[in-house]
Amino acid sequence: MSEPTTRDLLYGEVEDDVRASARKLLADRCATDAVLARCESDEPYDLATWRTLSAELGFAGLLVPEADGGAGASAREAAVVAEELGRSVAPLPFLGSAVLATSALLACKDSQTCPQGRAVVRELLAALGDGSRTGTLAVPLSTAPGAGFPDAVRATGGCLTGRVGSVVDLDVADVVLVGATDEDGPALYAVDLPGSGATRHPVVSLDLTRRVTDLELDGAAGRRVAGAADAEVALHAALTTGAGLLAAEQLGLAEWCLDTTVEFAKTRYQFGRPIGSFQALKHRLADVWAAVSTARSVARAAANALATGAADTELVVAVAAAYCSDTAVLAAEECVQLHGGIGMTWEHPAHLYLCRAKTSQLALGTPDGHRATLAELANLPAT
Amino acid sequence: MIDADELRRRVRDLLAEHDPATTDRIDLLRARFDAGLAWVHFPPGLGGCDAPRALQQVVDTEFDAAGAPDNAPRSNVIGLGMAGPTILRVGTPEQQQRFLRPLWTGEEIWCQLFSEPGAGSDLATLATRAVPDGDGWVVDGQKVWTSLAHLARWALLVARTDPDVPKHQGLTYFVLDMDQPGVEVRPLRQITGEAEFNEVFLAGARIPDAHRLGDVGEGWGVAQTTLMNERVAIGGSATPRESGMIGEVAQTWRQRPELRTPGLHDRLLRLWVETEAVRLTGERNRQLLAAGSPGPEGSASKLAFARLNQAVSGLEVELLGEEGLRYDDWSMRRPAETDFFARGPGYRYLRAKGNSIEGGTSEILRNIIAERVLGLPAEPRTDVDVAWKELPR
Ligand SMILES: Cc1cc2nc3c(=O)[nH]c(=O)nc-3n(C[C@H](O)[C@H](O)[C@H](O)COP(=O)(O)OP(=O)(O)OC[C@H]3O[C@@H](n4cnc5c(N)ncnc54)[C@H](O)[C@@H]3O)c2cc1C
Repeated sequence: MSEPTTRDLLYGEVEDDVRASARKLLADRCATDAVLARCESDEPYDLATWRTLSAELGFAGLLVPEADGGAGASAREAAVVAEELGRSVAPLPFLGSAVLATSALLACKDSQTCPQGRAVVRELLAALGDGSRTGTLAVPLSTAPGAGFPDAVRATGGCLTGRVGSVVDLDVADVVLVGATDEDGPALYAVDLPGSGATRHPVVSLDLTRRVTDLELDGAAGRRVAGAADAEVALHAALTTGAGLLAAEQLGLAEWCLDTTVEFAKTRYQFGRPIGSFQALKHRLADVWAAVSTARSVARAAANALATGAADTELVVAVAAAYCSDTAVLAAEECVQLHGGIGMTWEHPAHLYLCRAKTSQLALGTPDGHRATLAELANLPAT
Repeated sequence: MIDADELRRRVRDLLAEHDPATTDRIDLLRARFDAGLAWVHFPPGLGGCDAPRALQQVVDTEFDAAGAPDNAPRSNVIGLGMAGPTILRVGTPEQQQRFLRPLWTGEEIWCQLFSEPGAGSDLATLATRAVPDGDGWVVDGQKVWTSLAHLARWALLVARTDPDVPKHQGLTYFVLDMDQPGVEVRPLRQITGEAEFNEVFLAGARIPDAHRLGDVGEGWGVAQTTLMNERVAIGGSATPRESGMIGEVAQTWRQRPELRTPGLHDRLLRLWVETEAVRLTGERNRQLLAAGSPGPEGSASKLAFARLNQAVSGLEVELLGEEGLRYDDWSMRRPAETDFFARGPGYRYLRAKGNSIEGGTSEILRNIIAERVLGLPAEPRTDVDVAWKELPR
C-alpha cells in the first residue's frame, strides 16, 4: 500500500492553534450554563465575546485576505472555528457575518459589473473582518446553494423595497447584503442597519442560540456592490461556503453530544451498574461515534475544497451538508434519549443542541435538497 | 352477556331522565357512572356493567350523539389509564367506592409518584421511605418528572417500607393525598419551554393505612399492573386512519404543493404505511384483549408509537423548511394536558422526544419484549439478591 501523499483531510498546526484558542475562549465565556441563561435574556447574542473572537483573535476575518485587512487564512481554519462554535452552541453571529456576508463580499471584490462598489466592498470586508461591524446576507436561512436568485426585493434608484423572512443573525447585524432586482437585473446591495426604511421584525426561533429575524425594506437606501452575473455568482458562493462550513459546525455539535452522553453513560447508575455497561447503549454510542468520525472526514473535505477552490467543490459540499446535518440530528437526538428524563428538562443543555441540530438541518439546504443536487452532479438522474 | 342493543337502550333510558341540555355536567357524569355506563367493562356498582370492553365505543358514541358531555379524559390520563385499573384490581371495596367515581367524572385528578432522581428505568431502586406511625404511614423522599402533580388531588405512590430486603421486596403501594402540608410540588421546565411535569418533595407526608393498595411489601407487583396499563394508555387508544402526527403532515402535503420533493415524498409514504400498519396492529391487539387484561403487546405498541411520533414530527419540521426554523411559544406554562395538535410543528418535534422516555423508555420496552415475549435470558443481574441498602449507586 502506498503512503498517502497529502494531508488535506487532517488538521495542520495552525488549525490546531486556532482550535485551542477558540476552545479556551468559549470555555471561559460560553459555558453551557451561561449560554442557557443568556438565551432568554435581553441580550441573546454574546457581543462581548464576539468582539474578542473577531478583534483580538481575528477569527471573524479568517476568510479575508491580509491585503483587505483580514487574517488571510482559509475555509480550513474557519471550519475549525465553526466546529468549536458548534461544540458550545455559542450565540455569536459567525455564520451570518464571518461566513455568509463575508463570502458574498469576497466574491464581489473584483466585480466588473459594479466597479464603483469595490471601495464599499473593501471597507465592509475590513469592518466585518475585524469585528468593528457585523453583517449578514438577506436570504431565508433555509435557502440552498442551488436556489435561483431571489426575487423578493426590488431596487430603484438605489432604494430597496421588499420582504425577506428568516434572515440569520440579522438581530445584531449593522449591515445586510441584499440580493435585489434593479434597473439592470440582479444586483447586490449593502443596506446599513438601523436605517430608515429598513425594519427588523422579531421571530420566535426554534434555535434560541442562533436566531432568525424577518427583514422588511421600504425604500431603504442601499449601496450597490455587484450587478448581474456577479451578483448571482456572489450569492451562490456565499451559500456554498455557508453550507460547507455549517457542516463543520454540525460536526462540532455532534461531537459535544457524543462526549456528553458517553460521560453520562459512565456515571449514571441503574440496576446497580453504569448504564453504559448495557450493550444496547454501547452499540448506540458506538454508532454515533462512527457517524461523527465519518462526518469529520467529509467536513474536512468540504473545508479543503472551499479553501483550494477545487473543481468538485459543489459536490463535496453537498456530500458534507447532507451527511453532517443528519449526523448532528442523530447525535443530538441520542443525547436526549440516553439521558432519560434529564434530557427532557430545560435545565440540561441538550435541548439547545437539539434545536440547533434540527434547524441547521434545514439551513442552507435540507439533506434531501443536497441529495437532489448530487443526483445532478454525480449523474444519477431520478428517472 | 349485555349486548350493544341493550347498552343503547340503557343510555337512552338514562338520557330520558337526565336531559343533557338541562342537567349539570357533573350530575350527568355521576348519573352515568351510577348507571354502569362509565367504563362498561368495570363491575356493576363501580361504573360498569360487566359488558365486553369492546362495547365502550357503542356507549361513548351514543352519549356523544345526544350531545352529552364526556369526562374530559385527556385531563385525567393517569387517573383513567392507570389509577382506575389498579384500584379495580387490588383496591379494597371501600377504596373502590371512595376513589373510582370522582376519578371517572374528572372531579379528582390523579398523578403518579413513581420515578425518583436515582430510580427511573430501575424503578425498584427507589428510596422514598414510608414508615409506620400509629394507624398510618409517614413518608419522606423526593419524586421527579411527576406529570400533573400541580393539579392532582391524589397520587399513586410507591415507597420503600423495608430497606433490609432485596429491592423488589421492600416496596409498598399507596394512595397519597396531595392536598397536605408534607407535599411540596415544584414545576420542572421541559425542553418545550413549558412545565408539564414537576418535582415532588415529601416531608412527613401522612397516609392512613386504609389508603394502602395491596399488602405491605407487595408494591412491586402492584406497580407492574399500573405500568402495563400505562403503556396501553400511551400506545393503545383506538384511532381512525391518518390521525395523529401523520395526519398533520398529510394535510400539509396536500395543501402545500410548493413544499413537495421526491425525497420527502418517499419518506412520507413510508411513514404513512408504517403508521397505518401500527394502527392496525393496535386495533388487532384491542380485539385480542377485548375481554382480558393487557399483556406485553402494549409495550410493542408504545414502542412503535414513540418511534413514529418522532420520525413523523421530524419530517414535518423538515418539510416546512423556512417555517421549521420558527417556534410558537417558549414561555413557561403549566398545562393541564398534553395536546400535540394545539401547538406548532416545533413543539410536536420536541415533545415527541419524551414519548420514548415517559412510561418506560424504549430501551426498557425492548428488554421487556426480548425477555417476556421472546423468552430470551435476562442479563446477569447483581442487584436482585442483595439488600436494597447495600446496592451500589
Ligand atoms: C414527559 C415525561 C413525563 C413523565 N411523567 C412521569 C410521571 O408522571 N410519573 C413518574 O413517576 N415518572 C414520570 N416520568 C419519568 C419516566 O418514567 C422516567 O424518566 C423513565 O422511566 C426513565 O428513567 P430516568 O429518567 O431515570 O432515565 P434512566 O433510567 O437513567 O435512563 C437513562 C438511559 O439509560 C437507558 N437504560 C437504562 N437502563 C437500561 C437497560 N437496562 N438497558 C438499556 N438501556 C437502559 C434508558 O433507556 C435511557 O435511555 C416522565 C418522564 C417524561 C420524559
